[in-house]
Amino acid sequence: MLRIEVIKQLGDFSLDVAIRTEGRVTGLFGSSGAGKTSLVNIIAGLLRPDRGIIAIGDDVLDDTSLNLHIPPHRRRIGYVFQDARLFPHLNVTQNLDYGRRMNRLAYDSAAQKHVVDLLDIGNLLDRRTGQLSGGERQRIALGRALLAKPRLLLLDEPLGALDADRKAEILPYLVRLRDETGVPMVYVTHDPDELRRLATEVVVLERGRVQRFGGPDILNDSAARLRV
Amino acid sequence: MLDLSSAEWTAILLSIRVSVVATLIATPIGIAIAWLLARRDFWGKSALDAIIHLPLVLPPVVTGYLLLLTFGRRGLVGAWLADHLGIVFAFRWTGAALACGIMSFPLLVRPIRLSIEAVDRRLEQAASTLGAGPWSVFWTVTLPLALPGVLAGMVLGFAKAIGEFGATITFVSNIPGETQTISSAIYTLTQVPDGDAAALRLVGISIAIAMAALVASEVFARRATRRLHGI
Repeated sequence: MLRIEVIKQLGDFSLDVAIRTEGRVTGLFGSSGAGKTSLVNIIAGLLRPDRGIIAIGDDVLDDTSLNLHIPPHRRRIGYVFQDARLFPHLNVTQNLDYGRRMNRLAYDSAAQKHVVDLLDIGNLLDRRTGQLSGGERQRIALGRALLAKPRLLLLDEPLGALDADRKAEILPYLVRLRDETGVPMVYVTHDPDELRRLATEVVVLERGRVQRFGGPDILNDSAARLRV
Repeated sequence: MLDLSSAEWTAILLSIRVSVVATLIATPIGIAIAWLLARRDFWGKSALDAIIHLPLVLPPVVTGYLLLLTFGRRGLVGAWLADHLGIVFAFRWTGAALACGIMSFPLLVRPIRLSIEAVDRRLEQAASTLGAGPWSVFWTVTLPLALPGVLAGMVLGFAKAIGEFGATITFVSNIPGETQTISSAIYTLTQVPDGDAAALRLVGISIAIAMAALVASEVFARRATRRLHGI
């Protein structure tokens, strides 16, 4: 269970959110400027809340009343960014292996093979990152996050930088990811179609507040109302 | 081809030794300071920035004299180092290396600082979400991506150290075989009646060393830049 109760002031913008979710894929939906990325950065530990609590199950990651803040590298939370953020000085294999090295995990050839097959990236392993298409970069970024064996995976508009064809190419991989790995996900997007395919629960954010929370069916009227 | 006397060889080898040692010791310190200046805000930051740039704007003879006062046999630091650690700078080649290291330090730090500032912090964030602590982020992301700047700084520093004259001669004098570098040897040769030929030979050598350093840095920088673009 993911528990989020945070308040954060960012300039003129204020984020004030309280959610508890059991969902395998929790969709964070809203127009740009709704505070989706700030919220995900707080969950990842990249941003500290002014007040509040972040917890996965019984494991508290932030509790401002106790002055507790677990830094990002100790959270075991994977993060797939919109712009992939592959390391340009490493090749694809080294990028994929980075999280395992940093977490000092033993080499797990079964996990490696599973992720490579799942994402269909076996033919890309020897490439430099500059030789990848946008869709390929995003698949490598997914694989890199998964191979660090996270307990939660954050995806911040992972298809946002891709055109419609590329999106259609990646979405099936995300569905497989949901169905074949046990890793719970928080999926940020402003595209209701992505959430209808992926999400088991949906949070609609508007100007830093939770406007609605429920099953994917709440998207039908929210999307129309928000015009996204 | 080049008929160098043993005194000239001594000066050349000494210059190279002094500059290599000065650069190798200054580089890790320079990287640490460049990182602090690029990535941290702290009290006294502008003072630190000003102090490391001082050798660039002070007359070299002033820097040399200050070194003599501080690191000389009777200097505050020099006396302590000599008594407790047995390290003597005054009138030794180590003193020449210290003078060259300090004089070249601003030129070494600047490109490193600029290249660290240019490293995309979003990549550092990505590394931290993959489990890399601050120290690992530095070694596996920041430093490799800043490598062209580090190499450029090392070459600039080395070239400055090879050419250093004023602070070195003031601090450790001009002793053949101990502190007489190429620059002070050329200076000495210009003061004697028939030193022109020897001075010209040394001038040629110092031009060759400088050119070799520039070419080497260009080759390293090109390789590093290719890596950074992921090709």
